[in-house]
Amino acid sequence: MSEQFEPKIVAFVCTYCTYAGADLAGTSRLKYAPNVRLIRLPCTGRISPMFILKALQKGADGILISGCHPGDCHFTHGNYHARRRWMVFRSLLEFTGIPAERVKYSWISAAEGVKFAELINAITEDIRALGPFVQYHGLVEETQSQVSL
Amino acid sequence: MWIVAARCQVLIPVIIAASYKNIVTMAKIGVFICHCGENIAGKVDTSRLVAALEDHPGVAVSVEYKYFCSDPGQESVKRAIRENNLTGVVVAACSPRMHEATFRKACAEAGLNPYLCEIANIREHCSWVHTDSDMATEKAIDITRSIVEKVKLNNTLHPIEVPVTRRALVIGGGIAGIQAALDIANAGQEVVLVEREPSLGGHMAQLSETFPTLDCSQCIMTPRMVEAAQHPNIRLLTYSEVESVDGYIGNFKVRIRMKSRFVDTQACTGCGDCYTKCPVKKIPSEFDCGLGKRTAIFTPFAQSVPNNPVIDKANCIYFKNGKCKLCVKACKFDAIDFTFEDQYLDLEIGAIVVATGFQVQDTAMYGEYGYGKYADVITGLQFERLASASGPTAGKIRRPSDQKEPQHIVFIQCAGSRDPSKGVRYCSKICCMYTAKHAMLYTHKVHGGKTSIFYMDIRAAGKGYDEFTRRAIEEDEASYLRGRVSKVWEENGKLMVRGVDTLLGRPVEIAADMVVLATAMVPQPGAKEFAKTIGIGYDEYGFYNEAHLKLRPVESSTAGIFLAGACQSPKDIPDSVSQASASASKVLALFSKDKLEREPVIASCNEATCAGCWGCVLACPYNAIEKKDILDRSGRLVKQVASVNPGLCQGCGTCVTFCRSNSIDLAGFTEKQIFAEVMGLS
Repeated sequence: MSEQFEPKIVAFVCTYCTYAGADLAGTSRLKYAPNVRLIRLPCTGRISPMFILKALQKGADGILISGCHPGDCHFTHGNYHARRRWMVFRSLLEFTGIPAERVKYSWISAAEGVKFAELINAITEDIRALGPFVQYHGLVEETQSQVSL
Repeated sequence: MWIVAARCQVLIPVIIAASYKNIVTMAKIGVFICHCGENIAGKVDTSRLVAALEDHPGVAVSVEYKYFCSDPGQESVKRAIRENNLTGVVVAACSPRMHEATFRKACAEAGLNPYLCEIANIREHCSWVHTDSDMATEKAIDITRSIVEKVKLNNTLHPIEVPVTRRALVIGGGIAGIQAALDIANAGQEVVLVEREPSLGGHMAQLSETFPTLDCSQCIMTPRMVEAAQHPNIRLLTYSEVESVDGYIGNFKVRIRMKSRFVDTQACTGCGDCYTKCPVKKIPSEFDCGLGKRTAIFTPFAQSVPNNPVIDKANCIYFKNGKCKLCVKACKFDAIDFTFEDQYLDLEIGAIVVATGFQVQDTAMYGEYGYGKYADVITGLQFERLASASGPTAGKIRRPSDQKEPQHIVFIQCAGSRDPSKGVRYCSKICCMYTAKHAMLYTHKVHGGKTSIFYMDIRAAGKGYDEFTRRAIEEDEASYLRGRVSKVWEENGKLMVRGVDTLLGRPVEIAADMVVLATAMVPQPGAKEFAKTIGIGYDEYGFYNEAHLKLRPVESSTAGIFLAGACQSPKDIPDSVSQASASASKVLALFSKDKLEREPVIASCNEATCAGCWGCVLACPYNAIEKKDILDRSGRLVKQVASVNPGLCQGCGTCVTFCRSNSIDLAGFTEKQIFAEVMGLS
C-alpha cells in the first residue's frame, strides 16, 4: 500500500484579486486540497520569473500564478505585463527542460472564491498526476558540476 | 568634501552588508498563534504549531492565545515586544485584510515599527478550507515559517504623507448625485457636479408620484435641483462627461469634456423661442421614453436645470445641409452659435462620488410579451411618463396606440428580474412597489378601471411599504395573481394575456387594453468601460463594487472614490439618498485632514547601479518614474538614472520585475523578502 503522492504547490498571487478570492473561499468555508502555499504580492506584475525558479529549486512540484482578470487590475495593467512575461518565460522553460505544465496561470477575481477552490483542486490533481518534480534537481547538479570544472 | 563622499561610497555598502547580516542572525521574532476560538484551533493543532515555531531559528517567543485580537490578547503582544526586545512580529491568525492594521497598531504602541509586523493567514487560507487536521497543521506551520523568514528581512518604514485637495467631484446629477453634492457643499467644501445629460434630475425627474407616500416626484425633486445649481460651493457642469481620472486619493487629476450645446448659457434666458420655431418636431423624446416628441433644439423637460436648450446635432437640419438657422433668427439674445466646440477642463480633485445611476433593461428577449411589437405593451418607466402631469398626455392614462382610456391593465412583475435564463438573476427591488403604485395611480385616475398584477412574490420591505401594497389590494382593488405570463397577443383590438394563477392552480386568460412590464434595473450602458476609466471594480452585470458589502458599502475598491445610488445595485429613492449622504460624510471625513497617510509600499531606485535603460519607465502604469540627471561637481551630466516619485507610486512593483540591473526594489515586498518567503516553505 503506497501512500498517495502529495505535491507541493506554490502560488504567487496578487493581494487585490486572487488573495481576496482565496479569503472568500475561506469565509465561505469551501473545502480544497491543502497542497498549496500562497505568496502574497501587491500585483502579478511584481512576479519575477526568478521567484518561480526559486520555488522549483526549493522543491515545489507545481507553481500557480494568479491575479486579476484582464482589464480589472487594481494597478490598471500589471496583469498584462505578467501575462506577457509569462508567454516569454514559458518558451524559456521548455528550452531549459522544465515542463511548462508544472507552471499554471489563471485569473481569479476577489468574487471568485468557488473558482479558486475548484482551481486548486484541479491543479493539485494535475500535478499529482505529473508526479514529483525531480528533473530540476538533476539540472541543479548538472550546473554545479560544470561550474566545479 | 569629495573625499568624504568617496569614503561613503565605499563604506555604505559595507555598512549595509554588515547590518543585513545582523538582521538575519540577530533576529528576535515573536510568533503569536491565535486560536480564533474554535475557528483555527478546531482544525489546526496549535500546540504543535507553537512547538514547531519555538525551534525555528530567530524565533524568540512562540505563544498561543484564544483571541489575540481582543484587548488582553493585544496587551500580551505588546508586553512580549517590550520584555523580549523583539525585532519583528508574526501573528498567525486570520487574513491580513482583517487584522493587519490592528496588530500593526499594537506594535507601534509597544515601540516597534508597525511595518515589522506581518500576518500569517492560517484561518481563511488554512483552517477554514481543509478537512484533514494533520495536513492543515503542516500547512499552518509552513505558512507561519515562511512569513517568519520574510519578517526577518522587513525594514522599518514610515507612512508617506500626501496633501489633500479639498474639492470633490460628483459624477451624475440624479437624486443621489444631487444629495451628495449638497451635503458636501453645505459643509463648506467645494464640489464639481458633472451630469452627462443637458439637465440635472436623472430618473427621479421622470417619475410621476413616488411610493409609499404618493407625493409628486418633481415637486420634491426640482427644489433640490435648483438648490444644487445655485449653491455657491457647487460648480455645475451639465452636458459634460468625465474623460479620464488619474492620480490617487486626495490628489486626483480629472479631465472633463464639456460637450458643446451650441447655445451660450450666459446669454440664454431659457425663453424657449428657439424650440417653438424649430421645424424638426418629431424626434422621440428620451425623457418621455419615446412616448412624446421633441425638437432638434430642446430642453429635456420644462423644469430643466439649467434651463438652457441644447442642439441635437444628429437631427438638426443645419448640421445636415447647412441651411435652416430658424432658431438663430428666433433668438433675441444671439445665444445660438453653430461653431461652438467641445471644451476640456482639467481639475484637481480630492475625492470622487460616483452616482451614475441605472437604466431600464431592454425587454427584447421576452418576445412572448410583445414589447416593441404592440404599442400598448409598455415598460414601468413609460407608465410613469403617462401618469406624470408633465408627460405626453398631461397625466391622463391613454393607450399609446389610439389614445383611448384603457379599462383593464395587466401588470407583469419580474419582467427580467429573478430570471437567470433570460434576464438577470437579482431582484430589482423597486418593481413590487412601483407596480402597486401604478395600479393605485391608475384606479385613482380611471374610476372603475380594472388592474391585474402577475407576481412571483411581493417584496415590500421598507418603512410603510407593506402597508402600501396592502392599500393597493384592499382600497384600490388591485387583483394580484401569483404566477407567470406565458404569452401576450392581439385579438379584436384587445391584448390577450395568458398566464397561470398558481394559487388556484389553473390557467388564466385576460383581455386587457394595456400591458405594463416591470422591467429590471440594469447598469447604465457603458458602465463597465466607465469603471475602467475611473479605476473602480464592478460585478458581472456592471454594477460598481463596494469595498465590503456589509461594512464598507459606500466605498469603492479604490481609495478616495465613493459610490451612491443605483450604480452600485438596484435601489429606491430613500436608499439612494441615504447612500449619497453616507458618501458625502466619507468625503468630508477625508477633507477634515490636512494631510493623508499612505502606506509606504513604494518603489525606490538605487542610483549607483541604475544604468538608465528606462525599462521601468515603460512598465510604470502611473508615470511615477522620472529621469534624473546625475551631475558632477562642475555641473556636467554624468548619467541619467531612474527616480521614483513617491507621491505617484502606487506600489505595484511592475518596475521591479522589469529592472535588468536589480536597481529598483519595492518596500515591503523586496526581492530578498520574497525569496526568503519562498525558501521558508518546507
